Amino acid sequence: MKNKTTENVKHIFKKEFKSYFVSPIAYIVISIFLLIMGWLFFSTFFLNDQASLAVFFAKLPAAFAFIIPAVTMRLFSEEMNVGTYELLLTLPVTFRDIIMGKFLAAVAFVAVMLAPTLVYAVTVTFMGSLDWGTVISSYFGALLLGAAFSAIGLLASAMSRNQVVAFIIGMAICVCLALLTDFLLYFLLDSLVDFFQYFSAQYHFQNIAKGTIDSRNILYFLSVIFVALYGANLIMQEKK
Amino acid sequence: MIKFENLTRYYGDVCAVDHVSFEVKKGEILGFLGPNGAGKTTTYRILTGYLQATSGTIKVKDYDIHEDQLEIKKLIGYLPESAPIYHDMLVYDYLNYIADIRGVAEAGKLPHIKKLADLCSLNEVMHKTVSQLSKGYRQRVGIAHALMGNPEILVLDEPTVGLDPNQIVDTREIIKRIGKEKTIIFSTHILSEAKATCDRFVIINKGKLAADLTIDQLKDLTKDRSFEDLFRNLTRGDNQ
Repeated sequence: MKNKTTENVKHIFKKEFKSYFVSPIAYIVISIFLLIMGWLFFSTFFLNDQASLAVFFAKLPAAFAFIIPAVTMRLFSEEMNVGTYELLLTLPVTFRDIIMGKFLAAVAFVAVMLAPTLVYAVTVTFMGSLDWGTVISSYFGALLLGAAFSAIGLLASAMSRNQVVAFIIGMAICVCLALLTDFLLYFLLDSLVDFFQYFSAQYHFQNIAKGTIDSRNILYFLSVIFVALYGANLIMQEKK
Repeated sequence: MIKFENLTRYYGDVCAVDHVSFEVKKGEILGFLGPNGAGKTTTYRILTGYLQATSGTIKVKDYDIHEDQLEIKKLIGYLPESAPIYHDMLVYDYLNYIADIRGVAEAGKLPHIKKLADLCSLNEVMHKTVSQLSKGYRQRVGIAHALMGNPEILVLDEPTVGLDPNQIVDTREIIKRIGKEKTIIFSTHILSEAKATCDRFVIINKGKLAADLTIDQLKDLTKDRSFEDLFRNLTRGDNQ
């Protein structure tokens, strides 16, 4: 039984992942992402005069907060709108298979989007000695961050049959998580900041990006993923 | 084979299906008839696991929809009304995907897809995307979808709607041919078609069972009047 489930997740994953690349949206999204990140990174790179990707990773949560909900908005909304949702639910698969398949496809897409930025790292090595340990842990953190935002985007997509609504809900949640620390610094007392920044994706991501991989930071992202996917499951249950 | 027991479904305050009970025997072709909005599609959706029953149950073989939904889904091939299918997928890719999900073994997959393509005359469109297909072809892809993996039970929601006369005859032929070894529930608004294809007839109206007739009983009742008259009598009589 367990085997059958992983098989189904694999089939749904394959189908979903492929469908990103048959429409032009994937290429547009990836191009915009690379363009913006490239500009943000290299425009200040020579001013900083440091062989490090820290600036790139500092901007990443905000960029992901806008880009990833745009990638995930169609996951459920489109199916509900076109009516294929009915076909999907009457196939011999469980909600969990569907959610995991779609979620993993979104994460794989984020990985594909992130992969070309490794070129930045390679470029930087020509100009100074880059600390590869930090780079690797930063990419690991970036994947976790991307996965967490994908899960949130998926949840938002399950909420509405309208893709625009799904995008706005997803973006709103992701922006809050990405910029929470910045907001708090302006508005709250220091003692409260310490408490609230535990909810901030930016805070946990930056900890990982510094090169210190702490189980608390990883646990944070896994919790966000779990809560969002579980929420999507509840919504699907509720719609029956 | 399939036993509907006091099946009831509410949408908010509106009762779409109201204590419907009937049984479908193995190998039967059942015509499930009724005016628009009678609750046919809702009944199908509960049977196929897309919706949940408010009360009552359906038993397929020894499985109950409330407990063994996945097992029931494996037994049923379903063609929803107007056959919604992923627009951006190639017909071949789509059938391949459904074959994977339905657990068709890798070795027998290609012959099985070929067989269904022959049966539903899909050979010339296998490498077109679904969005390029005419309505008739889409409907046939939907039928191939329902037949994938040789399910024991077929549920076809208005399989001939929107087809031209030639295609209607073809589709009816397909149903009759596969009906020899399968249990089929299907609905249509063309009563002569139902009479020519089905062994039994269940007529529902406003969510309630209006008639449950074998072909012999129907022939008896329609000796001195048309099936259309009988249908109007059964489904409009309680209006006045």
